Amino acid sequence: MLAFTIRRLAQSIVVLAAMALIVFLGVYAIGNPVELLVNPMADEAERARATAALGLDKPVLEQFAIFLVRAAQGDLGRSFVYNIPAIQLILDKLPATLELAAVAMVIAIALGIPLGLLAGLRPNSYLGRTIMAGSILGFSLPTFWVGLVLIMLFSVELGWLPSNGRGETVLLLGVPVSFLTVDGLKHLAMPALNLALFRLALLIRLTRASAREAALQDYVKFARAKGLAPTRVIGVHILKNIVIPIVTVIGLELGSVIAGAIVTETIFAWPGTGKLLIDSINQLDRPVIVAYLLVIVTIFIAINFAVDVLYSLLDPRVRLVAPAAAGH
Amino acid sequence: MLRMLRIAAAACIAALVPFAAGAKEREIAVGLQSPVTSMDPHYHNLSPNNSLLIHIYEPLVYRDANGKLKPGLAVSWKALDDLTWEFKLRRNVKFHDGTPFTAEDVVATYKRVPNVPNSPSSMATFVKPIVEAKIVDPYTLVFKTAFPHVLMPSDLAAVDIIPKAVAEKAATEDFNSGKAAIGTGPYKLVEFVPNQRIVLKANYGYWGGEEPWDKVTFKILPNAAARVAALLSGDVQLIESVPTSDIAQLAANRNFALADKVSNRVIYVHLNQWNEKTVPFVTAKDGKPLDKNPFRDARVRKALSIAINREAIADRVMEKKAIPAAQLLDYSFFGTSRKLKPAKYDPEGAKKLLAEAGYPNGFALTIHGPNNRYINDDKIAQAIAQFYSRIGLDVKVETLPSSVYFTRATKGDFGYMLLGWGTESDEQGSAMRSLLATRDPDKGMGVNNRGRYSNPVFDKQLTDALFTMDDAKREALLRQAAETVMNDTGLIPIHYEVSTWATAKGYRYTPRVDQYTLVTDLKPVGK
Repeated sequence: MLAFTIRRLAQSIVVLAAMALIVFLGVYAIGNPVELLVNPMADEAERARATAALGLDKPVLEQFAIFLVRAAQGDLGRSFVYNIPAIQLILDKLPATLELAAVAMVIAIALGIPLGLLAGLRPNSYLGRTIMAGSILGFSLPTFWVGLVLIMLFSVELGWLPSNGRGETVLLLGVPVSFLTVDGLKHLAMPALNLALFRLALLIRLTRASAREAALQDYVKFARAKGLAPTRVIGVHILKNIVIPIVTVIGLELGSVIAGAIVTETIFAWPGTGKLLIDSINQLDRPVIVAYLLVIVTIFIAINFAVDVLYSLLDPRVRLVAPAAAGH
Repeated sequence: MLRMLRIAAAACIAALVPFAAGAKEREIAVGLQSPVTSMDPHYHNLSPNNSLLIHIYEPLVYRDANGKLKPGLAVSWKALDDLTWEFKLRRNVKFHDGTPFTAEDVVATYKRVPNVPNSPSSMATFVKPIVEAKIVDPYTLVFKTAFPHVLMPSDLAAVDIIPKAVAEKAATEDFNSGKAAIGTGPYKLVEFVPNQRIVLKANYGYWGGEEPWDKVTFKILPNAAARVAALLSGDVQLIESVPTSDIAQLAANRNFALADKVSNRVIYVHLNQWNEKTVPFVTAKDGKPLDKNPFRDARVRKALSIAINREAIADRVMEKKAIPAAQLLDYSFFGTSRKLKPAKYDPEGAKKLLAEAGYPNGFALTIHGPNNRYINDDKIAQAIAQFYSRIGLDVKVETLPSSVYFTRATKGDFGYMLLGWGTESDEQGSAMRSLLATRDPDKGMGVNNRGRYSNPVFDKQLTDALFTMDDAKREALLRQAAETVMNDTGLIPIHYEVSTWATAKGYRYTPRVDQYTLVTDLKPVGK
């Protein structure tokens, strides 16, 4: 377990450094931030001054070296646009994104697994068919369109929910959260549902397929024959055996929900990191892009690690060993 | 006391019903398109910043809705001679912290402007011509300039004044946190949340009289559909940049009103004339290079201009929210010539001109343009391509995100470049100087002349105009220069953007040419 963790950590640092280099070169290849930042009326002297002020007058590899040295000291640079430390800009927005992602995943899991089980155990029933038809819609409707339809229905026509922004927040362990206030919940409802929809559909289909397969296995038939209660058969024999692929997908999707909330955040003007990233890319605000991706990659690494640990808890056959030690 | 009660009552109501439909009596919310990046008035010279910050801080000189100068913190100004300007300042003006406004504050502010650390786009250009600032008395300032600086009052309209104590010490962070956000304007800063919202409250002691709003929330809503939805659902009462596709729907709805005005932004085309022999992305139809750069021939440039049906673009692509252009600004602006009319659509004439220039069978070219910078920019490029295929050119269109496009356009990578230009000074001299004068960056000429057009006759006329102090004489010279350069098709003007705002019922917005969205121009009606 310890060797596994150390090895993972070393790999992670290499991944982070490589990613930072790719982003540096990528942004450098896209264009010159000064073109976008400087007022068009500005003369040549002003352009030169701005270029120097942002540290862009040096060769790109030298800029990268400076970044690495500072990053090792915990300084990821200041936003070109806002002149605020990039990491602070991101950490200010991160709670909003994490909250949105978490609520979306809770909705997806709390509805997806039971509905998927229902559809899987009664595949030919009216209910099962309805669930499956609904999941196809959830899969295929584009997020931005669903978001706009939600706004048209609940904000414009019915006037029940606010169309944009994050509601009132309260501090929970020092982090501002909005799901503990009525106003916050009202603001949260539509974006979270919008973001959850695709994952909900995915979980329904995955759970249904796995449950159908598991229901035909001998041990399930045997359990039934033994006269066990149906709830025990479903809860222990079926659910526990199909949960591994589901946990994997939930882990992957949690990462993609955090990184991919961009469309939803833009439509609902949700003040999260996705919106920040899009704006930063459009403005070539490199320090923010780099810092954002570093944070996201770190989150992905952490989630994957947690998923691996969860495997070992769920399935006694899985052991956490570094590949070299395993002797493959 | 009554006012205190009213505010207290408003605060209670606000706390009790945080999202009651519609607006509270004296509270409004505004949906903005572009993020405001700082509360420091001298950190980032960017339209959305300048528009918002003028609620909090004020310049010596104001612009009215039509771009004409009017007194701000200065009550009057005049040129004493070619190199000297005198400004008389307004008396009895107080900053938000209670300190009185005097000439000391102006001098300290102008000293700070070129020295804001890490500024990505400073306002130094506006104060650089001042070589000496003399305080004659607390309300009289005399500025000496290095050269006859005719645009002095116009330039100073861009620079907001802050108190001396703040100007000498405060950093950009102090403005963002609100600590140093002290101006003389009609509103005070309550809260700045980057990329999300800016909250202002009324400055009841404002010298210009009381504003109709106690509290104003500006929300950053970059997605056009979301911005319209916020208006429809009553979350905001005013939005800027109404997407052209939603204009018909809003115009038909009695609960909303639209306001529009021609802007100081022209959409135009630069033709690459960097090199005498070659030009990127322009070839013979068989793909072989041409023997010379066709864009250096005035007949070709004119043909490409008259081949565009500007009326059709304004009507169909822009849903009438554009005015066909003949020069760089509409006729209402200073230095524009009434003799110049938008080029008449004439495909036959264009073919004839191309044949005269030695291209009877046309040639192949790629139109490059941005796809997220100007209103319907990619559709305009497509429309132009169709008009050109009618005069026998082989045309391709490539549109790119502005982060990629402008860097490459500046490097001269493209042959045919669709661009836009907003003339913040609202007079045609500075636009011609930046876009059409022969490039000489050291003198500030042709800084944005991405086509490298060069015409010595025009240069001479323009330079004469730029250094003529007398307004009437200068305007006559500018008109002459504009006629010279437009008749030579130095660039191809397409149209002037018309900006559109939409308000909820019960509000009336007076639109501006500079595309600023100011709540000081928003009034309640019918109450």
